[in-house]
Amino acid sequence: MDKAKVMTFVKKYTMIIVLVLVMLFFGVGTNWLLFKPQNVTNLISQNAYVFVLATGMLLCILTGGNIDLSVGSVVCFVGAVGATMMDKNINVVAAVITMLIVGLLIGAWQAFWIAYVHVPPFITTLSGMLVFRGLSNVVLNGMTVSVTSESFQKVFGGGANCYIPDVFGVEGFNLTCMLAGILACVIYVLIQVKNRLARVKKGYEVDSLAGMIVKTVIICVAICAVAYQLSNYKGIPTALIWVLIVVLIYGYITSKTTIGRYFYAVGGNEKATKLSGINTNRVYFIAYTNMGLLAGLAGILTIARLTSAQPTYGQNYEMDAIGSCFIGGASAYGGIGTVPGVIIGAVLMGVINLGMSIMGVDSNYQRVVKGLVLLAAVIFDVTTKKEGK
Amino acid sequence: MAKVLLEMKNIIKTFPGVKALDNVNLKVEEGEIHALVGENGAGKSTLMNVLSGIYPYGTYEGDIVYDGEICKFNKIKDSEEKGIVIIHQELALIPYMTIGENMFLGNERGKSFAINWNETHGLAEKYLKMVGLKESSRTLIKDIGTGKQQLVEIAKALAKNAKLLILDEPTASLNETDSQALLDLLLKFKKEGMTSIIISHKLNEISYVADKITVIRDGSTIETLDKEKDDISEDRIIKGMVGRDLTDRFPKRETKNIGEVNMEIKDWTVYHPIYTERKVVDNVSMNVRKGEVVGISGLMGAGRTELAMSVFGHSYGTNISGQVSINGKEVQMKSVSEAIKNKLAYVTEDRKGNGLVLSNSIKINTTLANLKAVSKNTVINSDEEYAVAVDYKEKLRTKCPSVEQNVGNLSGGNQQKVLLAKWMFTDPDVLILDEPTRGIDVGAKYEIYCIINQLVAEGKSVIMISSELPEVLGMCDRIYIMNEGRMVGEVSAEEASQEVIMSHILKSSK
Repeated sequence: MDKAKVMTFVKKYTMIIVLVLVMLFFGVGTNWLLFKPQNVTNLISQNAYVFVLATGMLLCILTGGNIDLSVGSVVCFVGAVGATMMDKNINVVAAVITMLIVGLLIGAWQAFWIAYVHVPPFITTLSGMLVFRGLSNVVLNGMTVSVTSESFQKVFGGGANCYIPDVFGVEGFNLTCMLAGILACVIYVLIQVKNRLARVKKGYEVDSLAGMIVKTVIICVAICAVAYQLSNYKGIPTALIWVLIVVLIYGYITSKTTIGRYFYAVGGNEKATKLSGINTNRVYFIAYTNMGLLAGLAGILTIARLTSAQPTYGQNYEMDAIGSCFIGGASAYGGIGTVPGVIIGAVLMGVINLGMSIMGVDSNYQRVVKGLVLLAAVIFDVTTKKEGK
Repeated sequence: MAKVLLEMKNIIKTFPGVKALDNVNLKVEEGEIHALVGENGAGKSTLMNVLSGIYPYGTYEGDIVYDGEICKFNKIKDSEEKGIVIIHQELALIPYMTIGENMFLGNERGKSFAINWNETHGLAEKYLKMVGLKESSRTLIKDIGTGKQQLVEIAKALAKNAKLLILDEPTASLNETDSQALLDLLLKFKKEGMTSIIISHKLNEISYVADKITVIRDGSTIETLDKEKDDISEDRIIKGMVGRDLTDRFPKRETKNIGEVNMEIKDWTVYHPIYTERKVVDNVSMNVRKGEVVGISGLMGAGRTELAMSVFGHSYGTNISGQVSINGKEVQMKSVSEAIKNKLAYVTEDRKGNGLVLSNSIKINTTLANLKAVSKNTVINSDEEYAVAVDYKEKLRTKCPSVEQNVGNLSGGNQQKVLLAKWMFTDPDVLILDEPTRGIDVGAKYEIYCIINQLVAEGKSVIMISSELPEVLGMCDRIYIMNEGRMVGEVSAEEASQEVIMSHILKSSK
């Protein structure tokens, strides 16, 4: 292979290569403890909120590098409202629906100012950050409210019951989980083959067959490896299901639908988008309203996992979400970034967190490392942009 | 013979994969105005960047001999110290600073921690006088027009003790009067002994000021014409630039088939969006027929773009009044999407700023204004989208490795084709093309003209806004003339000439 080909390969898969290297580094550093079934499970359930928030944050960042600073406070506020409702013995379904609606309304409130009054997103969401942190305290009276509803915990992955039950009952190995992993691989392969055949039939260009096979095999091996490790612990964490739903839906929206396309267009060149007959204000409105909705969902997942609501929950969540997006290749200028990229960014952050915790690195140094990784990711974005010119 | 001030010998500059300059030789004598001409991408700007040290010594081959010694510039400051000052095409002034502050930016008077403002403004005013500006040096840049801003740039260069002034397209954004004033200023400096190099596309201006003209083509110097000895008519210069006689600069239309009125604009009045009492378009009426190319000619700032954009879904201006009818029916177009629905398309003059999403692919740009056509229930059919993009790429002969290529990596001419493809895909009946060939080279221009001819052959109507008179004369069936927001004339292709159009404009100027 010549040098140019290697360079384009490295450029295309930088984030994945970095992820693998970081995983190897912490694997060695922790004596491979990092890959123990329990830690793999923790990696997913501890970071469920990051995946959900980062997906929403991606849409905001796509519109032009704009961020939403309020998500941490909104997560806390929504959790506070839900926990208080359930504490007063209000129906769990009603509480869940209320939480989502509250999230949506908060999103719409901020989105209105951003989209139609053109208040800069930074200011609007900074205000939201303060307002909803304050309101959380008001709702909770400054105290902890515990979430005791078993069904709520089961569905949203909290306490000890946060796994999909095993239907086969093999001792020490969760067969349901393994089968689900294999099924996921089969579906993935089928979709790949179907798309390829359709393209060949219509005479469009396709990637090289060998490349596609290698890619598919790597992805299937990764899925099966994760499923195997999960099976060796307690099975599929319920939170993973919610993460998958969100990721699949938004992955589809951003890559296959017209509104998804508009997020990229607005971030790439807002004036040109407007002159193409697209209502750019509405695009902003949707991005921020949606962020509120997903913050609501993240609030639900958070109080389920911690089985309580406290006025301090959700602090720095916005930073985790924003960091995942930029590490995952979203551009700080908008218009560039993908959902799969953001997932890789979130996993990378999660691995760094978990790996350093296992190695016993002081939490203050953990922050230093995370901060530097974020800076490195954006430096990479900015410098590659320059080369493009 | 006068002393040679600057000599660039056998300059070779390569970028990865491209040889941008190939053995360029340039000799400039003291006290002359030397013009540099060539098509876009011929290497003029690269050459000037080599000269000014933007590409430092060592990144190119060849020698720069200035004032008798070989120069090794590492940065712009080095060349400025020697008195070589470039004024770039895009003005580098900061709008919310005063003229004086701008002039001495990076060259502050006094000490670094104690700027001497009295000295700054005193000196600034001295240089302003030299370029004939009467403004106070404490005026903010945003409050003076582009013509005056260009003069401030020159004053700024003088403040750096310029001995060799390089002007890159100095009149590109100026109107005729300001351009004339600027050219006369250059001639005045010449009498005082200043040497200048001027890069320009406007050949009439070059014939007016230049003593010598060096033609660059494909990165090499072709020839240097001397005003004293050689023929420096426009045709002669063009011949040097493109390497052939351009007898057919405009393709002929086989058959003209002009039908009934397609779009009619009546009593159209638009006010400025910020200074709402200022009329930008004043009671304009015009029409375009099926299969017809109608030109709108006029000076910069005549209100042509504003007219087009306000008609196109009220994209510009406030307090818009008047009627538009398409196919005899009056239509309301309050938003761009309504305008597209009424089969109107507006291809902007500013393709990078208002037209294309540079970070996206050709495919995505092609379908952006009409995504509905390749999607079902808001889900995009990516195969169909790809097919559409490839189809237009082939139809318009866009040069690119694949339609997945980012538009930002294409040349100006190819970007323009993508922009045209985008609007052709909305299937319009009337296309408004605003400066469709601005900033693209002669070959690509010809191809754009062919596309226009093909569009009208299909029975569509084209309104062409252009500041290049030869282009309007060569392409249009009918020409409207606008000045200061008003329609001041309408002439058919047969009776039109540069003189007729200019006299309409001059006679109507208040």
